[in-house]
Amino acid sequence: MKYILMMTGKKSDFEGYARWSKEDFQANVAFMRAFSKELKESGVFVSTEGLGWPSEAKLVRAGKNGEPITDGVFPESKEFLAGYWIIDVESSEQAYKIAARASQAPGPGGKPANMPIEVRPVLSGHADLGL
Amino acid sequence: MADHQYDGPIEHVLRELAPQVLGAVARRFRDFSSAEDAVQEAMIAAFTQWPQEGVPENPRGWLIQVACRRMMDHVRSEIARRERETAVTSEAESLAPTLEIEADMDPDDTLILLFMCCHSALTPSSAIALTLRAVGGLTTAEIANAFLVPEATMAQRISRAKQTVKASGVPFRLPSPHERTERLPAVLRVLYLIFSEGYASSIGSHLQRLDLAREAIRLTRNTKTLLPDNDEVAGLLALMLLTDARRAARTGPAEELIPLDKQDRSLWDRAEISEGIELLTAALSKGSVGLYQLQAAIAAVHDEAERVEETDWPQIMALYELLKRVSPSPMVTLNHAIAAAMVHGPAKGLQLLQALDTDSRLAGHYRLDAVRAHLFEKIGDHEAAIKHYRIAATRTTSIPERNYLMTQAARLAGD
Repeated sequence: MKYILMMTGKKSDFEGYARWSKEDFQANVAFMRAFSKELKESGVFVSTEGLGWPSEAKLVRAGKNGEPITDGVFPESKEFLAGYWIIDVESSEQAYKIAARASQAPGPGGKPANMPIEVRPVLSGHADLGL
Repeated sequence: MADHQYDGPIEHVLRELAPQVLGAVARRFRDFSSAEDAVQEAMIAAFTQWPQEGVPENPRGWLIQVACRRMMDHVRSEIARRERETAVTSEAESLAPTLEIEADMDPDDTLILLFMCCHSALTPSSAIALTLRAVGGLTTAEIANAFLVPEATMAQRISRAKQTVKASGVPFRLPSPHERTERLPAVLRVLYLIFSEGYASSIGSHLQRLDLAREAIRLTRNTKTLLPDNDEVAGLLALMLLTDARRAARTGPAEELIPLDKQDRSLWDRAEISEGIELLTAALSKGSVGLYQLQAAIAAVHDEAERVEETDWPQIMALYELLKRVSPSPMVTLNHAIAAAMVHGPAKGLQLLQALDTDSRLAGHYRLDAVRAHLFEKIGDHEAAIKHYRIAATRTTSIPERNYLMTQAARLAGD
């Protein structure tokens, strides 16, 4: 069964992240690299992507003529996806265990940040969302 | 591919032969698009059969034969389809290729293909994909893997590209000298884009991924053999070699980016540097100065400095001034400002950057903020430097770049 592990944060979380010390930042990057490697070596890795900064995000709707109307104004409370991993595991328990490991990524002062990771099953069948 | 020892050589043989085979088949059947599919099938057949049965004595003839059989199957099924609708006779006869096809090998075929694949009607990503397949002899799976997209996506991109080429009605023949001059820049641009894509993504342990930078160098080398007197082709090859030479030094043990001024220059590839300089010297001695030659010359000045302090910045600044005249672009202005800052101090650089604030082509591009940050740091204005490093970090689309820029901001903030 595939699961997606999503790392999200508010704009203020991203801004905080940009102000971490050099050591904290480097420890976090090293952790993330090691984590991806672990996933690959244990045979559960499917894919991972990191996303652009929230300031680069746009909300798009189709206008009357179908042309895109973009809006970059988001409520302060909005959660932005920072990045995700998709893993293929035997059980939801295994997915939660891996998510907990991701949640332990070091934060300021090198202590586990315990940030929330949203875990959701990835549906099987067809990938075209032909629901 | 059961037997690993054949992996390298077979791939190389196939990649070298692919455009020749495609040229012969496309010429015979006057159908580039179907010929391209047939050759791809022949290549895949070779990939599965040769490792077991050994490389045939005449691999080119083997590939042409298999591709022609595929073409014939295709033609027959087309005719059968049409015969069900109307009566078509003797067409199969007239289209049946004799196997003498092998004799009409033409070294210009590869050049024809190159011009065809880098057609101006194609978007850069389509031209790149088509060039890698038709001229580079890569499989769709390899190309998809190199660009990290699903194979089906790449197959569709290539198929659409071929439809565009077909619709443009360009005949399978060498462009006239005049057309060639006009269309060569598009060809060189595609080759350079393949190189840049490979160079930018060569960070990290993507050992499974095809090395696009090396592939671009190989294709450019072949192009130079086909157009030995063209100085811009030589300039492009030199630029690629002089840039690629720094590959081993540009990332650290944790795959972090290492900028030019912090690189361990003993890791630079001396053989690539000398070859690049030799090519460049030969091209420049003929008195022509083009876009790629100038960029290669700048790369050469960097490569020739054994220590960063020995870099001949006045020379680099002068070369950027020339480049601004030959091929003006905001990126050139930006790089010129960096060189000017090295010669006349960071204040001069910052002053030159102001001209770019109103240039919409660079608005919001992370490089402008990254360079500004660097110059503010040099001038001692750490607050402004941190601000611009952070803006640049939020704008870049590359994770290693972002990590680098965030580290710079954090380093200054921690001081």
